[in-house]
Amino acid sequence: MDRIPILRLGRVLLASIQQELTDDIALALQQDLTEMAAAGADGVIIDISGVDVVDSFLARVLSEIAAAARMLAGETVVAGMRPSVAITLVEMGLSLRGLRTARSLSDALSALGLGEARIQGRS
Amino acid sequence: MSPEAVTRLPVTSDVQISGARHAVREAAIAAGFSLVEQTKLVTAASELARNTLVHGGGGHMEITTLGRDQRGIRLTFTDSGPGIPDVAAALSDGYTTGQGLGLGLGGARRLVNEFAIDTGPGRGTTVTVASWPRGARRVTL
Amino acid sequence: MTAVGSGRSGAAVVAEVLDARREQLAQQWADLPLFRTVYTSGRDAAVTAAHRLVDTLADVAHGERVEDTTVPALDRIRPHLAQTINARTRAGCSSPQFTAEVAELKTPLMAIVAQELTDEDRYSGLLAAAALMGTLRLVVMEILLNQGDDIIDRQRQQLLEVSTPIIKLWDRVIAVPLIGTLDSARTQVVMETLLDAIVDQHAAVAILDITGVPLVDTVVAQYLMKTAMAVRLMGAECVISGIRPQIAQTIVQLGIDLGDIKTRATLADALAWALEQAGARIASKE
Repeated sequence: MDRIPILRLGRVLLASIQQELTDDIALALQQDLTEMAAAGADGVIIDISGVDVVDSFLARVLSEIAAAARMLAGETVVAGMRPSVAITLVEMGLSLRGLRTARSLSDALSALGLGEARIQGRS
Repeated sequence: MSPEAVTRLPVTSDVQISGARHAVREAAIAAGFSLVEQTKLVTAASELARNTLVHGGGGHMEITTLGRDQRGIRLTFTDSGPGIPDVAAALSDGYTTGQGLGLGLGGARRLVNEFAIDTGPGRGTTVTVASWPRGARRVTL
Repeated sequence: MTAVGSGRSGAAVVAEVLDARREQLAQQWADLPLFRTVYTSGRDAAVTAAHRLVDTLADVAHGERVEDTTVPALDRIRPHLAQTINARTRAGCSSPQFTAEVAELKTPLMAIVAQELTDEDRYSGLLAAAALMGTLRLVVMEILLNQGDDIIDRQRQQLLEVSTPIIKLWDRVIAVPLIGTLDSARTQVVMETLLDAIVDQHAAVAILDITGVPLVDTVVAQYLMKTAMAVRLMGAECVISGIRPQIAQTIVQLGIDLGDIKTRATLADALAWALEQAGARIASKE
């Protein structure tokens, strides 16, 4: 089983899912992120721009990562959800309440207080 | 309305759940489903395949392409597990006996055009779903 | 069927009559409005088309399945019937009128069958001929229904696409003005178009303006909530604007909970909010 690599950017943990997710790989990601968060981090970013299907199982894994991270490391931001995935989740009746979302990786970094302002102002 | 093609896949491990997703995606693309329509059907298949594996103890999935030019897809998930004693409860949101958010069956039903379930204590479970791309004329399940 | 029958089926005797009187029947049919009005270029074309129909019906009768609309033999004439229907529709012929024209074909056929057959075969032959013409009418009605659906589906889809413009209001701020009634199909198109635009334009705020939506009931409210939730899942903010006083009242009276979805009275208010998020401000010159 290939584990999803987790990057440490300063005090933020970044997991970018770029492979086919089996249930085992998702559960391993949950375990790895929780352990690394416990070892010290201020936030977690999960990039799902490469994920073409989010079912209720993966949705629950994401919610549980966020809940654990909130206790250990602060906010979790899920970034880059595809339109087709968002529509499917909503039709299914899943709104992932409690999860922060961001359009892109850089928006996610901004949301966690890193990087540039979220929207470029013009005043 | 003679079926065009039937593919049968085993669902006995979590790797096969993702195999099922791939096979359904391919069939949906071939049948002219839009990206959103593909994603809905594949997500429903993922939910149902997991049900087959987790609650039914494993079984199989059948993909059937329907009609001559209607190009619908029918998926059948069959297991010989303990069956579902209370179908109405199992279809309601929040019902869960295992992993997930308790949206497995009910969620899958909202993602497809037609949904049928045949189950009972000790009889195993067969779930049949069917979807058509937008604008396609439908044939019945 | 009858005690004095020859033992042959009605379908078989009709098949024989159609073979034997092919030319006579085709000539008579070619003079009827169904063929005459379509094949205006000349009588020969009408006769050829009528031959084709006689031969097809003969094949169906030989196969003994005079009441089955799904026999493969009928597939041969389906495209021709569809073309004929198209031509007649363009000429302003209505569906009931067209089926009546098809029904007219029955009279010459019945007359020939009655005249050709001996007493012992006549009864079963007429029954089979009537059944055969009934089957033809069913096939025609099937084609008419399908064509109607096709046109309606196509127009509906076009209307949906035309009525969903996405407007860029500011850097990373987009809006979709909704006009008219929201139904499930429309909501799907709006959702897809809006979410794609969020990706393409890197939008941070998406405004759903419902100024042009005449009625907000629980179903429409649910559609709006779904769209807003999908926008949020994508990582953008969703604002619903254009909530007129009486719509606000209806929403309250119906007990609809828009949850924590942001709402503003006008599109201008929503834009002001979006700009505020962006750290921008519009001020009038001194």
